[in-house]
Amino acid sequence: MAVTNKPPVTGAGPLNGILTWFDQRFPLMVLWKSQLSEYYAPKNFNVWYFFGSLALLVLVIQIVSGIFLTMNYKPSAEHAFASVEYIMRDVPGGWIIRYIHSTGASAFFIVVYLHMARGLMYGSYRKPRELTWIFGVLIYLCLMAEAFFGYLLPWGQMSFWGAQVIINLFATIPVIGEDLSVWIRGDYNVSDATLNRFFALHVIAIPLALLGLVAAHLMALHETGSNNPDGIEIHENLDPKTGTPVDGIPFHPYYTVKDIVGVAVFLIVFCAVVFFSPEVGGYFLEYNNFIPADPLTTPAHIAPVWYFTPFYAMLRAIPSFFNMQVWGVIVMGAAVMIFFALPWLDRGRTKSIRYRGPIYRAFFAVFIVSFLILGYLGVEPTNVWGEFAKGLPLVGGDYIATWVARVLTAVYFAFFLLMPWYTARDKEKPVPQRLT
Amino acid sequence: MKKLLAILLLAPGLAFAAGGGAKLDRAPVDLNDKLSLQRGAQIFVNHCLNCHAAGVMRYSKLMDIGLTEAQVRDNLMFATDKVGDTMSTTLDPKDGKAWFGVNPPDLSLTARSRGPDWLYTYLRGFYRDPATKSGWNNTVFPNVGMPHVLWEYQGDQLLQAADKGEARLVLAQPGKLPPAEYDRYVGDLVNYLVYMGEPARAKRVQIGIVVMFFLAAFFVIAVLLKKEYWKDVR
Repeated sequence: MAVTNKPPVTGAGPLNGILTWFDQRFPLMVLWKSQLSEYYAPKNFNVWYFFGSLALLVLVIQIVSGIFLTMNYKPSAEHAFASVEYIMRDVPGGWIIRYIHSTGASAFFIVVYLHMARGLMYGSYRKPRELTWIFGVLIYLCLMAEAFFGYLLPWGQMSFWGAQVIINLFATIPVIGEDLSVWIRGDYNVSDATLNRFFALHVIAIPLALLGLVAAHLMALHETGSNNPDGIEIHENLDPKTGTPVDGIPFHPYYTVKDIVGVAVFLIVFCAVVFFSPEVGGYFLEYNNFIPADPLTTPAHIAPVWYFTPFYAMLRAIPSFFNMQVWGVIVMGAAVMIFFALPWLDRGRTKSIRYRGPIYRAFFAVFIVSFLILGYLGVEPTNVWGEFAKGLPLVGGDYIATWVARVLTAVYFAFFLLMPWYTARDKEKPVPQRLT
Repeated sequence: MKKLLAILLLAPGLAFAAGGGAKLDRAPVDLNDKLSLQRGAQIFVNHCLNCHAAGVMRYSKLMDIGLTEAQVRDNLMFATDKVGDTMSTTLDPKDGKAWFGVNPPDLSLTARSRGPDWLYTYLRGFYRDPATKSGWNNTVFPNVGMPHVLWEYQGDQLLQAADKGEARLVLAQPGKLPPAEYDRYVGDLVNYLVYMGEPARAKRVQIGIVVMFFLAAFFVIAVLLKKEYWKDVR
């Protein structure tokens, strides 16, 4: 006798029996159909649409490689650095796991930045997908925290001094700053206590939050359906006979097989880095981080890893006012937080950049270029472009790069803050009825 | 737009060009040259290991570069008799601080933090300087605490101020090795230091090539599969 009234599963050949057994005790087929085989996705996804599934792949890579690293890593100030080298030398296959994890960290940000750029280009954050976007920004925040905590663990010079600099940012907050930074470190200095708690946060707290948010991100997406490069809703044009979108195709098998191609290309690039150039010229693994942490020797040039540098450049560029240093921290925080407001800042009538007007396109291009240049400046010391001549008004004697970073920071915020104005009066093109 | 792109592409190159310090000579690194690595290992244990340790490098790893356990035991081990031990030094850190002003750093990963070219230039860049405590100075590491340990081999160099351009080193008194041979000697040592910084490196590249072929095949199959399924999507 059947457990429930559900019809038996058909079409799976010899597996019909076992699937029926599961389906009568678990919403197996409902989930399978709603999320994959009958989840209709627009048929015109282009190359930008690979990065969502790739982000999921990198998440899995990081979790699995991280588990194996945890088996051999020692979260203590005395042993951490040597235990990483133990993994690199004495643990069989340890160096592969470690390079996969270190490359995965940068790969995660590359994929996520491209995924976010896609969202910006095609208006994927717009109604009705605001919540998908918000979950996405939360994932991005978690990712930054995860990367920051994880970067301390090898206990090299850059690990130590990078953490020192970032935690000291909190000390700039008036009144509570000092106490707050001590509370974060668990000590007056970055120390064994700091390393231990960062380890806990890196291997369990943030990953748990990350997994939950990824699930929420996907559930919200599958509730509204995916956007597409044309930025039009496929669910507004249903086939009268089947009731499914005319321009939609089932995610499985069409996009699952297509994403496998993306996975193959991604793995080729990823493995080329892992096996042929895991340091990537000091960008993925900083040279100074091969020196054990030394609280008594400050490195000449402390730079965060490349994925934080756009925000780091903003931080450095903002001068102190009223004897307070906190303004740079506020600007840096606001630069990230402003992503949350994006769905409500955009007043455009079209979603996709394909049909946007010239003003939006110009702002978008300048914004992307600003972000990239800020990222470059954050890697370099502030004197990278030299100084202005002493006699010049206002800027005389200042570093050129500092002023460039200030201007680009203004451009970055202008893209967001002027958006309600320029998107409302832009001359947009007519949007087609069907996907192109 | 094109101009911007050009600036973006050129910018990192300019930054490297501006990254000051002495000009570095290119180190002759070849991890497949087992004989060079073996010579380098010998130079390392004879001349470096007296003061510097290599705390994460085990003697047994030297079997990777074509040596037998007996060869390692008989020729390269002075501080221990266990082949599984790491390369420690007998120098007391306190003595090191007193003698050189700084405790000689562990050299396990120096090739990764400094880079082979830096090491190659540094080890050939010592010159006599009566103003320093040790009587030696260095072109890439000014006022370095370490004296010129390989002095017998290279001989005495002096820094000759030039009217134009940079000052250059001249060999005032030749050592046991002619200059070209000393360069090769240091080259072997640096080659070994690069190996020691990452013993898995040669194997890493080998495995990587196999992985690339596998993924290339995977890519072709993935593309064919996608095409097959997508035939019916208009």
